[in-house]
Amino acid sequence: MPERELKRKPAAAPREEQVIEEAPATAPQGEKLKAELDDLLDEIDEVLEENAEEFVRNYVQKGGE
Amino acid sequence: MAVAKVCGIETEYGINHVGGDGNPVASSSLLVNAYVMDLARAGWDFEDETPGNDARGFAREGAMPPEVETHLVNAVLTNGARYYVDHAHPEFSTPECIDPLEAVLYDKAGEEVLRRSMQAVGRSLPPGQSIVVYKNNSDSKGNSYGTHENYLMDRAVPFARIAHLITPHFVSRQIFTGAGKVGSETPGASGRDVSFQIAQRSEFFEEEIGLETTLKRPIVNTRDEPHADPQRYRRLHVIVGDANMSEVATFLKMGTTAIVLALIEDDGFDGVDLALANPVQAIRHVALDPTLAAVVDMADGRTVTALALQWELYGLARKYAEDRGLDCLGDDAVGQMVLQRWEDVLQGLETDPSQVSGQVDWAAKLQLLEAYRDRHGLDWDDSRLAAVDLQYHDLRPERSLYARLDMEHLVKTADVLSAVSEPPRRTRAYFRGQCLKRWASAVASANWDSLVFDLGTDPLRRVPMMDPLRGTAEHVEELLRECATPAELLARLSG
Repeated sequence: MPERELKRKPAAAPREEQVIEEAPATAPQGEKLKAELDDLLDEIDEVLEENAEEFVRNYVQKGGE
Repeated sequence: MAVAKVCGIETEYGINHVGGDGNPVASSSLLVNAYVMDLARAGWDFEDETPGNDARGFAREGAMPPEVETHLVNAVLTNGARYYVDHAHPEFSTPECIDPLEAVLYDKAGEEVLRRSMQAVGRSLPPGQSIVVYKNNSDSKGNSYGTHENYLMDRAVPFARIAHLITPHFVSRQIFTGAGKVGSETPGASGRDVSFQIAQRSEFFEEEIGLETTLKRPIVNTRDEPHADPQRYRRLHVIVGDANMSEVATFLKMGTTAIVLALIEDDGFDGVDLALANPVQAIRHVALDPTLAAVVDMADGRTVTALALQWELYGLARKYAEDRGLDCLGDDAVGQMVLQRWEDVLQGLETDPSQVSGQVDWAAKLQLLEAYRDRHGLDWDDSRLAAVDLQYHDLRPERSLYARLDMEHLVKTADVLSAVSEPPRRTRAYFRGQCLKRWASAVASANWDSLVFDLGTDPLRRVPMMDPLRGTAEHVEELLRECATPAELLARLSG
């Protein structure tokens, strides 16, 4: 069977004088993002329930709605 | 002309009673009770509840209408919301909102109510016990609980037409409304080797259309319970969505759906038919592919991605907005904001889903899971990833992973706190909420479409509110200000 892809993307809506400040992908920027991610992951290690296996196993709900 | 898309969200929250006896009905009651005990509140009036009515005018043989549980805690809050125990979950139903942005505000106010409930019940539980609330839709063991949307519609539009035209949206919108989850809960071969799905609930859907909500779940729910004048209005009850933590995702979920429904009412599809060959298969198939490359079969033989379906719907919406405006979304400015956000999110998803990780729950969760997986070298079936998934939805600020991400906000914290007690101004929720604020002890009971007053002398007096667009601040703010007592209000209303 022939496959035709349906795709008709409308032209972008005109926006009022939008100034897009693109941050150059410099090394310091990348390092900053990585440092932020590392901080976040550190934080998750701290707040994640201690016994993950037991925590996940004990989370049992009755169906609802 | 499309009727105003008055809307609301009902959320069943997941609970974990740490140190409890494992009775979720009792735990939910404790939680809700703890909150409402000290508040002005009224009991719920079940007289007009008819959840078994079917919009198609019949009930399929063997269909099981939901039961209304009248013995559980049930309260109406001064912000016009309903807070109660439904089955084994605490449930918060927002008041009627005039636009999708207001729906976001009251959805977030609901989270705040649940947070305060956790604190309140924590003060009364024995040492070592606590009740923790999660805003998600599955326990990852095959049990799902719902987040339902409601939209006001014109009764004149045939239900079969609504069902036919809205289904492609319900199948494809999950690319920005999905909350994401680790693994699969579908038994058998189809569930194996699934690391991540973009939506929590999609794999729980088994029918295209039907009345049930707890088993054999249908993509289009036919519950015909308008909570308004049934000659003029319909309330489309949508059970197919996920609970969203992201404000932008909630806004898009409510906003895009409201616009597509307006298109259906006003014939904005203009002959375009996006019908799918097998919507149930399609909704599950789309959920399974975070790369968004999955294609599904259309009824006319073409194949299409969910993203392409969304671009098509967006294009129809843009044209509709140019021709008719979007006043039906509360006001045109909010409608334009939906369109702009809709375009932005589709652009982002098309480029790379990580671009919308500040707006789309599943993209945020996936990015977090992958980073965490990398750091610790975990397999997808590691419990720690399941824990990250679950804790994304934890409502406690000290544990919530969602709160630690840099997600975009649309509503101000101060406005959310105010919405915990103040009703919306542009729907009948205003009248309900203000009456409860002023005269809670005189309100014997409340429902979406009526208030019953007990003045102590006369028989009970029922005030019908059959139009969701009446009883607004514009209609009754001055009247309420002029009335010193509920008796005076009732005299003025009947005079």
